[in-house]
Amino acid sequence: MNYWQEFVKGIWKKNPILILGIGMCPTLAVTTSVSNALWMTMATTMVLVCSNILVSLVKGFVPGHIRIPIFITIIATFVTVVELTLNAFQPAVYKALGIFIPLIVVNCIILGRAEEFASKNSIILSVFDGIGMGLGFGVTLFVLAFVREILGANKLFGLTLIPGMQPSSAMIIAPGAFFTLGLMLWGMNYINSRKKD
Amino acid sequence: MEIKVLFTILIGTIFINNFVLYQMLGLCPFLGVSKKLDSALGMGLAVIFVMTLASFITFLVYKYILVPYDITFLRTISFILVIAALVQLVEMVIDKVSPSLYQALGIFLPLITTNCAVLGVAVLNINSGFLDTDLGLLKSVIQGFGGGVGFTLALLLMAGIRERLELAEISDNLRGLPITFITAGLLALAFLGFAGMKI
Repeated sequence: MNYWQEFVKGIWKKNPILILGIGMCPTLAVTTSVSNALWMTMATTMVLVCSNILVSLVKGFVPGHIRIPIFITIIATFVTVVELTLNAFQPAVYKALGIFIPLIVVNCIILGRAEEFASKNSIILSVFDGIGMGLGFGVTLFVLAFVREILGANKLFGLTLIPGMQPSSAMIIAPGAFFTLGLMLWGMNYINSRKKD
Repeated sequence: MEIKVLFTILIGTIFINNFVLYQMLGLCPFLGVSKKLDSALGMGLAVIFVMTLASFITFLVYKYILVPYDITFLRTISFILVIAALVQLVEMVIDKVSPSLYQALGIFLPLITTNCAVLGVAVLNINSGFLDTDLGLLKSVIQGFGGGVGFTLALLLMAGIRERLELAEISDNLRGLPITFITAGLLALAFLGFAGMKI
């Protein structure tokens, strides 16, 4: 029961992007297509789960005042592993995500979970927390990328939807990302306010 | 000739490839610290300073340590550690030299370590191929400085708008983050106009 709660809280109740409002940069920058969003989710979840495990393992003997640099080093190590793996096996994805792969290091979600959850809880709980948060991150990215790819590129999973239609290129660049996320947050606030009544 | 290239990099990073509104880097502080104009200014100045310095140091670290020893795969780890140490150092120096400035910037400095614009500019400097060109170091520093100025510009514009939005009548569900994102979208749309600039 407890495990299940730690797992599902990341998806809606404590969704890292929609509720906590962290990890915005990769969210907006890589959601130009659904496949980019899925790869980014996988990379981030991988780093999140691994760093949660290691942070939870070393929580007993890390001195309090230097814990943040230690956490950042742990995270950066796993980011490097993911970076090299992607570069070796999926060079096209590595190129499409560009600098946002090394920037997983400064994704506040990962450091936030290490500091807030993994450094206080057992390994198994931390794994569930990591997967749940990764999933919540992924769901948000998927919805954003779904809307933006359809409107901005007239495509879905790389396939053209309506032949001959001119897509709105503003959706694929920065303004479209801001508008879509703004409207998504609005919709979520609306649903939450309806629930309260 | 070189002056023109450097000027192009500077104007390009401030207006055309604005770090926040075009490349979408540094959004967390952009959203978090843009509620008040004066704190936005403080954060902006601190970011300009750290980004310029970080560009300088990470470029040297990459060129003279990582490349000669063939350990470029350590780029991410070494850069983030350099930035974290740098921010700590800047914090201590400002505290000693000018306590009043420290009072003003104090709470923002630790936040800069996790500002992805700083690590972003360090990685971008390497990716833009400045490494082997003439004046590569100067180009990196200018890109860092321009990135910081662009960030500050976007932050100040946003803070000015948000101070007024506080008084506007907005539907409850749109208050806070949603309306901020929509405003940021409009700002980004306006900044697209700079892409037509010829320099």
